[in-house]
Amino acid sequence: MARIELNNIAHSYIANPRSDADYALRKMDHIWEDGHAYALLGPSGCGKTTLLNIISGLVKPSEGKVLFDGKDVSALLPQERNIAQVFQFPVIYDTMTVFDNLAFPLRNRNVPAAEIQERVKEVSEMLELDNVLHKRAANLSADAKQKISLGRGLVRSDVAAILFDEPLTVIDPHLKLMLRRKLKQIHTRFKLTMVYVTHDQLEALTFADQVVVMNEGQVLQIGSPQELFESPQHTFVGYFIGSPGMNFIPCQMDNGNARIANLKIHVGASSKNLKGDFELGIRPEFLKLRKKQENDTLPVTISEVEDMGTSKIVTVNLADHTLKVKVEENREITFDEGFLEFPPEWIRIYADGDLVETGMEKSPDTLELTE
Amino acid sequence: MAMVIENVTKLVGKDCHIQDISLQFEPGTFNILLGHTLSGKTSLMRLMAGLDRPTKGRILMNGKDLTGISVRKRDVAMVYQQFINYPSMTVYKNIASPLRLAKVAEKEIDHRVREVAEVLRIDALLDRFPNELSGGQQQRTAIARALVKDTELLLLDEPLVNLDYKLREELRIEMRDIFKRRQSIVVYATTEPLEALTLGGNTAVLYEGHLEQFGSTIDVYQSPQSTRIAQAFSDPAMNFVNGRIDSGTLRLGDTKPAPLQHHLQELAPGSYQFGMRPNHLHLQRTSPEDIEFQTTIDLAEISGSETYIHIIHNGHNWTVQQQGIHAYQMGKQIYAYIDPTQLYVFDLDGHRVVSPEHDSAELT
Repeated sequence: MARIELNNIAHSYIANPRSDADYALRKMDHIWEDGHAYALLGPSGCGKTTLLNIISGLVKPSEGKVLFDGKDVSALLPQERNIAQVFQFPVIYDTMTVFDNLAFPLRNRNVPAAEIQERVKEVSEMLELDNVLHKRAANLSADAKQKISLGRGLVRSDVAAILFDEPLTVIDPHLKLMLRRKLKQIHTRFKLTMVYVTHDQLEALTFADQVVVMNEGQVLQIGSPQELFESPQHTFVGYFIGSPGMNFIPCQMDNGNARIANLKIHVGASSKNLKGDFELGIRPEFLKLRKKQENDTLPVTISEVEDMGTSKIVTVNLADHTLKVKVEENREITFDEGFLEFPPEWIRIYADGDLVETGMEKSPDTLELTE
Repeated sequence: MAMVIENVTKLVGKDCHIQDISLQFEPGTFNILLGHTLSGKTSLMRLMAGLDRPTKGRILMNGKDLTGISVRKRDVAMVYQQFINYPSMTVYKNIASPLRLAKVAEKEIDHRVREVAEVLRIDALLDRFPNELSGGQQQRTAIARALVKDTELLLLDEPLVNLDYKLREELRIEMRDIFKRRQSIVVYATTEPLEALTLGGNTAVLYEGHLEQFGSTIDVYQSPQSTRIAQAFSDPAMNFVNGRIDSGTLRLGDTKPAPLQHHLQELAPGSYQFGMRPNHLHLQRTSPEDIEFQTTIDLAEISGSETYIHIIHNGHNWTVQQQGIHAYQMGKQIYAYIDPTQLYVFDLDGHRVVSPEHDSAELT
């Protein structure tokens, strides 16, 4: 397994790109650490597949270099890069048995027969293909064929990285869970460097220890699922991760408070130096809706209550702005006007889309407590 | 005046696609057909549209028998999973096409096309061709074409399934708001419980061609008549455990006996199946009455704002749904807890005995 370094990479499918919009992938620098599982997540057209293809060598970037363990591989073809790839649709030899399909990448590299036996056995057991090893691949179901594809990707122990491009798309929903679990187990056990492209939030966040969120050719945040949820670095990440997404309200910052119309929300001492126009972000899960006014609550009118079964989503208006609040399933909302509490530790402040301040978390008081 | 489906059966060769279904839909209502793939949702819609003819039974609209009448002569529009538009026509002409066929005056066509395009937020794209649009915009165009003619019946067959989740989330809410203002009978097929809950209205649960339950969406969710319905209408799936009631105590599997309370008090002694919703299973004790299970963590799956922890208890695979993102280690031993007031009770054949009371506490 290898450490993969992207050095000032950018890519445009147009010959002479002029503006940012001409780039499928805007300039980026990133190191994919050895043994980690990464997922590339974003809406269609965000550049995630371009990025994966640059790592694999299917696309030669118009700018920058790709290094594997410090060695420049930019000019190398995919087959010269020592990587394994799994695609959306099964890539297997129909006329071969399952065993021969799994053994193929090893035989190609003259791996000794005894080692082939051992690796194929291990991978086939992991993917529950061991009872069909001697069947011809042609006669198997679509799910089983895709499992063979996964197996072929996983069978070599000496690859620099395994790249997955939406590998579970053709898999039946109830089998998806089983395969997500397998991939997670395989990663935990073998510590392979894995890069996984998907537009499925559940797949990306479950699979990866680091998720790369992309939009319009730009990497907006690389972080753990928890970081993406709790501290989105960009308003797009807040919107894209989570259902419903994060609430954003334009505000003026002044002396540690966010002003929205004539209302004031206490953000925390650490935001004291912020002055002027910003956006305040807070997730629906962290807002607290109350019937009675308390300290630090703001008046809202309730425009809609949706019962989602496991919770209720309440739409409220705060000084002409609409916010969503998640409330427990067994809470009855019998009033039209209520009060909203913004817990300061969950308030995030954004300028031009970028995170500039994370509520009270970083305030001096809290830091002292944790030290 | 309503649409009535009367003892409708559809056989295709020896296969029974629809088995003796009776349903009534009122004008201005939103109705969901919920069920797994092949449960009969599309078959039922095709019968309602007049694309197929029932083997037995009748379909009536406003008291008039429509059974043998072809789709062309019916007042119906349909949206499919695939984004179906005329590739050689602009968005404008695509949306206008049903009105042109109906020989509506040009001025009226223009007014209605622009109005519906604005509602679906494709008014800036009217001069484009379908292949110049994203998937979401293509499906908005197909929906606009279905909406432009005020048909008395509007059928949508999993219209959002091919879109990515964020777009799905937005379009669901938009569609719900658009349909609220219409007098049509809207019928919407989906496999996703969350989609049914977001859209609201009424839900008919289908299973292998049978109608299992029909009622207001939230009532069906809160009081499923069978384990099958509970399964179809729970995402993640409901967790089940067998248990016994004996002389005033409850035992779930091999847990310690617990006193009978609340909705369980009237239950006769005997064996039952108990259902637990994933969001009611907790990994910390929440009340002294909680029943405790010893479990092993299998995998923690993470959606954007929730964590689904798959756990194993005596060979049963269960799921715990938690708000927020939390990390768990595979293979770790952990206790899971259920508050007995949240138990769904079914007999051993899977029929509902009693559901949790839904006494809501007012927000303070």
